[in-house]
Parts: sequence; structure tokens; C-alpha cells
Amino acid sequence: MGETPHRSADAGTGGTRVTQSHEWPAGASARVAEAPVSTRSPGGTGLGGGGALPRSRKFGAERAFRGLTLAAGTAVLVIIAAIAIFLVAKAVPALRANTENFWSYEGWSPNETEPKFGIGALAFGTVLSSALALLIAVPVALGIALYLSHYAPRRLGTALGFLVDLLAAVPSVVFGLWGRDVFSSPVRDFSVWLNHHFGWIPLFGGDGPFGASVMLGALVLAIMVLPIITSLSREVFLQTPTANEEAALALGATRWEMLRTAVLPYGRPGIIAAMMLGLGRALGETIALALTLGITFGISFNLIQNGGNTIAANIANAFGEANETGRGALIASGLVLFAITLIVNITARAIIYRRREFTESAA
Amino acid sequence: MAKRVSASNVTAYYGGFKAIENINLTVEPKTVTALIGPSGCGKSTFLRSINRMHEVLPGARVEGSLTIDDQDIYDRDVDVTAVRRTIGMVFQRPNPFPTMSIFENVVAGLKLNGVRKKSILEDAAEKALRAANLWGEVKDRLGKPGAGLSGGQQQRLCIARTIAVEPQVVLMDEPCSALDPISTLAIEDLMFQLKDKFTIIIVTHNMQQAARVSDRTAFFSIEKTGDPGRLIEYDNTQKIFSNPSVKKTEDYITGRFG
Repeated sequence: MGETPHRSADAGTGGTRVTQSHEWPAGASARVAEAPVSTRSPGGTGLGGGGALPRSRKFGAERAFRGLTLAAGTAVLVIIAAIAIFLVAKAVPALRANTENFWSYEGWSPNETEPKFGIGALAFGTVLSSALALLIAVPVALGIALYLSHYAPRRLGTALGFLVDLLAAVPSVVFGLWGRDVFSSPVRDFSVWLNHHFGWIPLFGGDGPFGASVMLGALVLAIMVLPIITSLSREVFLQTPTANEEAALALGATRWEMLRTAVLPYGRPGIIAAMMLGLGRALGETIALALTLGITFGISFNLIQNGGNTIAANIANAFGEANETGRGALIASGLVLFAITLIVNITARAIIYRRREFTESAA
Repeated sequence: MAKRVSASNVTAYYGGFKAIENINLTVEPKTVTALIGPSGCGKSTFLRSINRMHEVLPGARVEGSLTIDDQDIYDRDVDVTAVRRTIGMVFQRPNPFPTMSIFENVVAGLKLNGVRKKSILEDAAEKALRAANLWGEVKDRLGKPGAGLSGGQQQRLCIARTIAVEPQVVLMDEPCSALDPISTLAIEDLMFQLKDKFTIIIVTHNMQQAARVSDRTAFFSIEKTGDPGRLIEYDNTQKIFSNPSVKKTEDYITGRFG
């Protein structure tokens, strides 16, 4: 802080010296030499800085803010490291106590005296239901987003966009209850119909009962991730430069061709990011799936029979009655979920990075 | 490969605002016609109504009739995309598709027309890039992004993209206003070559440019802000710049107004 007061003094003397040496003959008195300085910038502290440049400050708001942001950035790393250490420390004893193979055993009974639990079926169910949800949600979401951004009249677009955002604000437990009590019966009827007509496809085979199935869970999930993907893609589509849209139209593109030529390629990284956010929510979704899935511990591609389970839903269902080993086992499953999410994110980054040459120059 | 453009009583609106009123002018094939005038006088609006780009904006509409070789482009039965393929457009700021390579940019219009065969696309791309005086500079990096070129190169790429679909008429909306003098010169040279094949209509704020490149010049002006733009004088470029018949034109080109 000691440097600051010198600023004006330095500037003043510097100014005088410069004037003396360059503009006035050696014989001129100091008093005359000082006169032009004081008329140009009284006190030598004008914003333009008459005279010598002041020294940079050692301390000040700039440095303080830099320190604050650095601390905030570091905090992220510290928190992640702390969580990782805690999870590993809790999970390892349970994994040691496991009497079956953690990766391949299909079942979850870690509270017995001889704990048996395996992550395979849960991880499979997590990925299957999320992938299915994304498969259903993405085309619908992109359709809505394109309609809102490029087809709908502006007022209607704003109103519908607001409704979509509202859908994102509904708590997941509400979706879960709605899925279990209301949506399950049409899904059951549809499943029976699928089974009757397309039962020869393994996906739709089985003898029932139907309803509380992967399909119900995935459909509820799809509705839940729909608003995220929709509103993000809409924002991205709206950012397409008008110049590019006009370029496509001027080449004789129809509106759909214009969307395909200018809007969709421009929005590609944004669409991928939106999908990954949606997938992230689907992978981690807990209570809605705990309420809608049939909760079984087998690996099956059958979509319509009662069954299915996910890592997060299993944690919600089993945590209440878990003992020490049981909790450790659930934490281990949480680590696997974390790993899955990480892989998904890295893959998405890689896809975006591969086209960076084109997306960076776009900005 | 070039057609006559005729406007009669063309009036264009943005919602309730009348931007140009009763424009009558005929542009002969294989000539360069410059549209000049002060800002806001409707020259760009008129240019955009020639290939029906004006109506892209919400609430914008055009009245009157515009024909190319006696076919009314505003006829109800005319396909608007066909109009825009016949009458290409180069914009004020270079606007190559940022996600596409140089090659993809040039053939974008052909692909929209359903051309898929690689050999045809390659031939067309080379032809268009040569015509746009860009082939020598980019032939070794056709796969690189079009947005990575310099501003002047990007604008020539956009011209190549426009002429690759072999339009009859090329509209240019201040194509050099975002470019340095050397790139501007390159594009002006290009216009000389292109008028052998196309009818060119260019909007420009640069009167030296209008005098250099155009055969005919149309001077647009407005009475005051809020009034619609009108065509004041339309004649041979030489006459407009040496001996205009209307006082207002003379005031404008000598810099006394606008």
C-alpha cells in the first residue's frame, strides 16, 4: 500500500524534468520551466498521465480479485479430491468383504454375514434406461427446439419455451409418482400390444407381467430430460448467425435445407453438450426410477417385462436398511456411476474436440 | 447465361414502414449496374427484393412486378427457391458456412440442388474457384475451414459459392465494404470478368467503385428520414458521373449532400 501516495509526486517531478530538458534552453530558470506543466495538468495527475509513468501497484483490487478467483478454482479440486478419498475409503472394506465377484455377480445382498453383491446388472440397467431415454428424447427435443427457434411465430415461441422450462422445474419425485400411478397403465397396455404383435423380437418378448418395466422408466426419464435438451438446443439454434442463414436461403435452400445447411451444423457442439447434460441427469436420476422400475437384479434386454434397476435407484431403495458393509457396497456402486458419467463426458469432449478447427473459427 | 431484370412500380415494406416506392428500372444482360445513394435510401432493400430475400424478414413484403426475361418472379406459381437459384447473392460481410471446408462451401449450393456425384462437384468447385480468382490460393487446402481464410479470400469464396450454381443474375450488396483496398481491387477485377457471363447488380457506398466497375448507375435517395426511397436518376455511368440530369444526383456525387 505504501507505493500509492508516490504516484502524484513522481508524475509531477517527471513532468518538470522532461519540459526542462527538451523545450527550454539551458539558461532558463526553473520557475519559468514549471509554468507549462501546471497549466497543462494541474498537480501533474491528469488521467492522461502527464509526466513519468507511475509504478504498478503491488497490492490492490486487481490482485485481491485474482487471489479470490484462484481460491475458488482450487476449492473445486479440493472438494472433488475430498469426496473421492471419502468414497474410496468407505468402499474398499466392503469390496474386500464381498464373497462374490463385484463385476459379474447378479444380485445385491451386502447385509448378510457373507455379503454378496455385484454391480454388473445395475450398471447395465443404468446405461440401458438412460440410453433409451436419450434415444426417445433427443429427436423430440430437437424438433421442439427447431420449431420454437425457426418456425413458431415469436410470441408463440416464447410462450411455449416458457412452458418447456416449466417442465424442467417439476421435481423428479412428482414424475416418479405420476409414472407409477398414472402413466404405467397406458404403458402396460402398449406393452401387451407390443408383446402380442412383436413378441418374436427379444426386446418385446416374455410372458409378463408387464408395466413396471425399463420402457416405463425410460419414458419417464425421457420426459424429464426433454426440457434440458430442448431449451439448450433452442438457445444454440437462436445463436446461428443470420448471415449464414441468409447465405443458405440465397443459394435456393428451402427452410428445412437452410436448417440442415446452416443451423444444425453450427449448433452441433451445442447439441452434443445438451445431450450430455441430459444424459448426465438420466444417469444420476434416482427417485423417479426407484418408483417406476420393477427392481430386479438380472441383465436382460427385455424392455417391457416388469424389471430393471439402476445404480442410483438401488442406492435409494437399499440405503435405509443397509449396515456398515451395505453402505460401503452402495458407495462402491456410486463410484462406478461416477466412472460411467466421466467416460460419457470424456467421449463427448472428444467428439467436440475432433471438429475444433471448424467450431473455433466459427466464433 | 444472363438475363434481363425489369422492375416496374416496385414498392417494398417492412411491416408498416414503406422503404422504397415505385421503383422502375431495367437492367440489361451482361452488364454491371451500380445502385448508389445515401444510407437508408432503400438500395439494399431494392436489391434484396430482386431475389425475394426481402420477404425473409418477418412482416416484410413487396408490391409491384419484377421480371427476369419476362417471367414475373413474384408470380404465385413461382417457386421462391428457384428464383434464388437463378438470382444469386453476395452479402456485405463475407459469410462462408463456418462448419464447412472451403470445398464444401463452394459446392453447398450444388448439394442443395441434389448434385451428389463427387467428380461433378470437384469439377464445379474448381471452375467456380478459378472464376472467382481464388483457385491458386486455396487449391492445396480445400479441406480446411472456409472461415480460416482472410476477409478478402472469404468474400471471393462466397462469390465462388454463388456462381457455382450458375445463376443468371448476381446481386452484390456492398461486397467490398468490409475489405481492404487490395482485396477490393481483386473483387472489382473479378466483376469485369464475371459480366461476360452474368448480369451483375451491385450496391455500393463507394462512388469511385461505382464509376470504375459499372456500365449503368442508378441513384436512389429519400426526401427525409421516414420517407420511402425513390429512384432519382438511372443512366449510363459515364453520364451520371460527368453530366447528371438531376440536380440532386449532382449534389450527391460531388459530395454536397448525403
